Amino acid sequence: MSEAIRFIVNGEEVTLGDFGPTETLLDYLRLRRRLTGTKEGCAEGDCGACTVLIGRLTEHGLRYESVNACIRFLGSLHGTHVVTVEHLAGRDGALHPVQQAMVDFHGSQCGFCTPGFVMSLYGLWLSNGTPTRADIESALQGNLCRCTGYEPIVKAAEHISVNRPSSLFDPLERDRIQIMAKLWGIHSGNDTTIITKDGARSIVPASVAAFADILADEPEATIVAGATDVGLWVTKQMRLLNPVIFINHLTELQSITSDETGITIGAGVSYTQAFDVLSDEIPAFGRLIDRIGGCQVRNMGTIGGNIANGSPIGDTPPPLIALGAELTLRSHSGRRTIALEDYFLSYGKQDRLPTEFVEKVFVPRPVEGSHFAVYKISKRRDEDISALCGAFHLVLDADGKVETIRIAFGGMAATPKRAKHVEDALLGEVWSWGAVSAVRDAFEQDYQPLTDWRASAEYRSLTARNLLTRFFLETAGAPAELRRFELEEA
Amino acid sequence: MDKTTFDNKPIINGRMHVSLKHDSAHKHVTGTAEYIDDIQEPSGTLHGGLGLADRAHAEIVSIDLSAVKSAPGVVWVITAEDIPGFNDVASTGQHDEPLLATTNVQFHGQIIFAVIAETRDQARRAAKLARIEYRDLPHWTDIDSARENDAPYVVEPMTLKRGEPETEIENAPLRVQNHMYIGGQEHFYLESHIALAIPGEDDEVIVWSSTQHPSEVQHMVAHVLGVANNAVTVQTRRMGGGFGGKETQGNQFAALAAIAAKKLKRAVKFRPDRDEDMSITGKRHDFRVDYDVAFDEDGRIHAVDAIYAARCGFSADLSGPVTDRALFHADSSYFYPHVRLTSQPLKTHTVSNTAFRGFGGPQGMLGGERIIEEIAYAVGKDPLEIRKLNFYGQRGSNRTMTPYHQDVEDNIIARVVDELETSSEYQARRQAILEFNSHSPVIRKGIALTPVKFGISFTMTAYNQAGALVHIYNDGSIHLNHGGTEMGQGLYTKVAQVVADTFQVDIDRVKITATTTGKVPNTSATAASSGTDLNGMAAYDAARQIKERLIDFAMRQWKVGRDKVEFLPNRLRIGGEIVPFDTFIRAAYYDRVQLSAAGFYKTPRIHWDRKAGRGRPFYYFAYGAAVSEVSIDTLTGEYMVERTDILHDVGKSLNPAIDIGQAEGAFVQGMGWLTTEELWWDDKGRLRTHAPSTYKIPLASDRPKVFNVKLAEWAENAEPTIGRSKAVGEPPFMLAISVLEALSMAVASVADYSACPRLDAPATPERVLMAVERLKAM
Repeated sequence: MSEAIRFIVNGEEVTLGDFGPTETLLDYLRLRRRLTGTKEGCAEGDCGACTVLIGRLTEHGLRYESVNACIRFLGSLHGTHVVTVEHLAGRDGALHPVQQAMVDFHGSQCGFCTPGFVMSLYGLWLSNGTPTRADIESALQGNLCRCTGYEPIVKAAEHISVNRPSSLFDPLERDRIQIMAKLWGIHSGNDTTIITKDGARSIVPASVAAFADILADEPEATIVAGATDVGLWVTKQMRLLNPVIFINHLTELQSITSDETGITIGAGVSYTQAFDVLSDEIPAFGRLIDRIGGCQVRNMGTIGGNIANGSPIGDTPPPLIALGAELTLRSHSGRRTIALEDYFLSYGKQDRLPTEFVEKVFVPRPVEGSHFAVYKISKRRDEDISALCGAFHLVLDADGKVETIRIAFGGMAATPKRAKHVEDALLGEVWSWGAVSAVRDAFEQDYQPLTDWRASAEYRSLTARNLLTRFFLETAGAPAELRRFELEEA
Repeated sequence: MDKTTFDNKPIINGRMHVSLKHDSAHKHVTGTAEYIDDIQEPSGTLHGGLGLADRAHAEIVSIDLSAVKSAPGVVWVITAEDIPGFNDVASTGQHDEPLLATTNVQFHGQIIFAVIAETRDQARRAAKLARIEYRDLPHWTDIDSARENDAPYVVEPMTLKRGEPETEIENAPLRVQNHMYIGGQEHFYLESHIALAIPGEDDEVIVWSSTQHPSEVQHMVAHVLGVANNAVTVQTRRMGGGFGGKETQGNQFAALAAIAAKKLKRAVKFRPDRDEDMSITGKRHDFRVDYDVAFDEDGRIHAVDAIYAARCGFSADLSGPVTDRALFHADSSYFYPHVRLTSQPLKTHTVSNTAFRGFGGPQGMLGGERIIEEIAYAVGKDPLEIRKLNFYGQRGSNRTMTPYHQDVEDNIIARVVDELETSSEYQARRQAILEFNSHSPVIRKGIALTPVKFGISFTMTAYNQAGALVHIYNDGSIHLNHGGTEMGQGLYTKVAQVVADTFQVDIDRVKITATTTGKVPNTSATAASSGTDLNGMAAYDAARQIKERLIDFAMRQWKVGRDKVEFLPNRLRIGGEIVPFDTFIRAAYYDRVQLSAAGFYKTPRIHWDRKAGRGRPFYYFAYGAAVSEVSIDTLTGEYMVERTDILHDVGKSLNPAIDIGQAEGAFVQGMGWLTTEELWWDDKGRLRTHAPSTYKIPLASDRPKVFNVKLAEWAENAEPTIGRSKAVGEPPFMLAISVLEALSMAVASVADYSACPRLDAPATPERVLMAVERLKAM
């Protein structure tokens, strides 16, 4: 067993054995390292002022992704390369092309959000040499600016993409081989790491099997993958968590595979990782992923976590339920597989024993010719939490009658829930304007939504009905959804 | 030797009227620009946490702080009785805003005590451990319930009246009476409030404060400490955004930090969490406008009678001048032949609302634009036609008098609107949209062109003064200081351009230094868009004085006439001789020329009598116009801004890049106010939208998909302002009204434009859908 984690901060290797399980990367950078370029704007992974890059070894090599340092715990950094804004400029003080473009296009005013924007644009620059406007906006979904109106920042990003300079300017491209070697060195001979500070423990299991064994002994432990939800328990509710088991480094949980039966998504697969496969296989699902959180949150957050925490407003359960997904739970004593919709028992309560964890979710491939759609409704289009999110999965028979239909909504009840009354009323009916209009009121039997700051009960009820109308129109070939970019533009 | 010695460049870097990058841009992008939380803390710095009320209105029965005091790391707990001076941070002098609550609390989140601990985390955790017993009192949080409860006014209301509105409203052919709700707005500066107090000897203290108004923080800190103003120095290098939210709201954090620093003889920092900041600092005022408008069949306005009621919160703060400015802008760009406008600054049990870019003007103007919409739908015309019909006239037209009896002398709105109407192809696009809507069942479009006319000057005449301090050191480098604060708007850059231009030296030679009450006293807030107008002129005055002395020196030393002394780029021509600037300065120093000057400026021509509702509150007006096109989804209320074209008047721009940045940023911020930014209080009086997860400001993907922003290059200020430029901070905020009106047109299409949609703000998808449903049912 090891009692310290090892990672790299900019150019320096760090061995750290002195931290609590809820100490954030942001506080570490600002308070312990005095790397004050990284800012705290919201401490909840929303504004992006704390954006840094984290490099890690993946099956595709060394990959750098933007993350929110404010909700990233130190215990999740083992074997990674943390890159802050201080690392970008050349040794002679020359600005990195990303920084220079932000200056030239007047992309900063008050400047407080700027390091975060620079890091998000840098993450984009490293991963995508020819971004479209849609790519740029997607990369910036997790960065708030209150001064500029964003126009000069987007122009700066476009300028960088068409004037991509030599990689010699770039510290990460320059040092890539050495960094990879260092990270490989850290990873070799891994065993479980436990760090104790003031009685509170961070546990970094060596493998999924070790994780299962530890959880059997520590049923009170908080499991943390992306920390995009648990992070807020700490920064906002000031909860003390002990012990915390970090699982984001377990690559065994990070595979996403597809075959003729369907797609299997490991619990540790991030939204970003899932996006590529899902947008190929089930495009409507891919478009939804692009509207979950900001880019930083999608790089950290996992679909497994979105399910496991049981939120009634998680975005992935409605489409997964509509697609008939199955969930596999694992413990040290074995596995069991249940229908995903049965996992959500009631508000805050899920069908998971304290010694179990979500291992994977299986999404059956939609049958040829079926219709699938998912619609997220929120006050702001991107980086917002759903007021409601509805998914529809329809199979028609040869006569145009409804053979199967699965409708699931989030934000309409205490759990993600199917609209069984609506489904039953449609089964066997000819899929027509008349049939769809006739079942609108059946929604009342399925859902009695609440009023809160995201929407009133009245709006949720009416919109749920109208989304069925939208689904009908789309199956009839009449696109009825606003899109900022046409598919060819994106 | 200075490299500019042999420089024969024809032009300096950073003169006036050219685009120049923000002076801190390089530091912004490298993360080296210091905000207060980035300053290296003095050793032993302590941190503050806040104990907040969790009732909207209650008597405090008892407070038990024993658990707070014994929590790990806690050094001290401050309650009201520990305040050495006055328990009062009311910026108005009305004594209605205690620093710490004593016998009662008046809004959810009011500060009752503060904890000082070794770390910020310890202070925050300890603050949660208090046991406070309350006896609840009745509370109300919005305008309608304030009226129902006969809520008092936080300040005396104002009335503006001209002509005979009472009779003229009865006599006109057509009349509409209705009302509009206008939501408030959270500033969401990216840097939350923060103050760092460092104790000095005797009664002295230095406070670094993220504030737009260092002088007020200074005076308030002295007031709570019970010391003279001269004991307190307040410094601000830059804020991570202000937008009005740091005009008065920083006082409380600075005061608490200073009290603790003096008591404990250690530096103390207060940095509220984002949720605390949003819960306990004021916002833009919500309004309800009750309007009564009379007009004729052409759509020409005969008379307007309107009441502007505002949610002010529990104390006055700036609600008086904010509601006044709402009335000053209720006319938007239109001549009201007969008019009566009344404000109702209502007390509510919510955080005290405060300044926010536009300062009531946006709400006033939005009411005026709703009136135009009402008329347009009543007479069946494009609202743009109604707008043009009712614009203020040119001088001598008999249609230039505002409701506050100031003549509009510099009116260029018709030209701005005409040029924009043409360049944006408004008419053709409107026709195309009408055609599109007639065939599109679900998606509908709308387009609107709205004007802006915004009055420039503090309506409190005394605030229209400013000071600056300029030194030239004997190596020829220049030190610039003035009373304005930098919050991202580029003020420091523009003022430095003024000084560089005056001396004809490259701007790199001008060191811009942190605003401090120790260098320039008795300053006004950097607010009301006045920063450059006031401080630019004050700095010019300082530079001019030094320049005069330098010219005298040159004439004396070189024995030439005044016309033989010429300031060329980085050098002087004196008689036949070329002298590098730094050589010249050194010579002046040896000749004992005073190379330092304090400059001063006060805005001429303005005066205002609030009681009479008459005067000239504004030195001049800034103008602009915007066209926005939107699409809405009539099944869900979702929408997108497809395109916006802006033509804006900044007079003769001092720095076009910065001014365009202000216009773009203000527009998007205004769009947020009118669309997705919604403040939501629950029935317990708790603000539930208190973080970016729940309060949604625009993202990059919300800005208009096509965004064309131009300055009116032909414009010049009619008044002799600095370089004939105009203020730019606030006016373009109101260009966003075009988005709300475009949404309104799209909604109107579902009832074939037969009824005014009366779309209130913010037009969230929910409000858009509900308006669609209402119109479909008609």
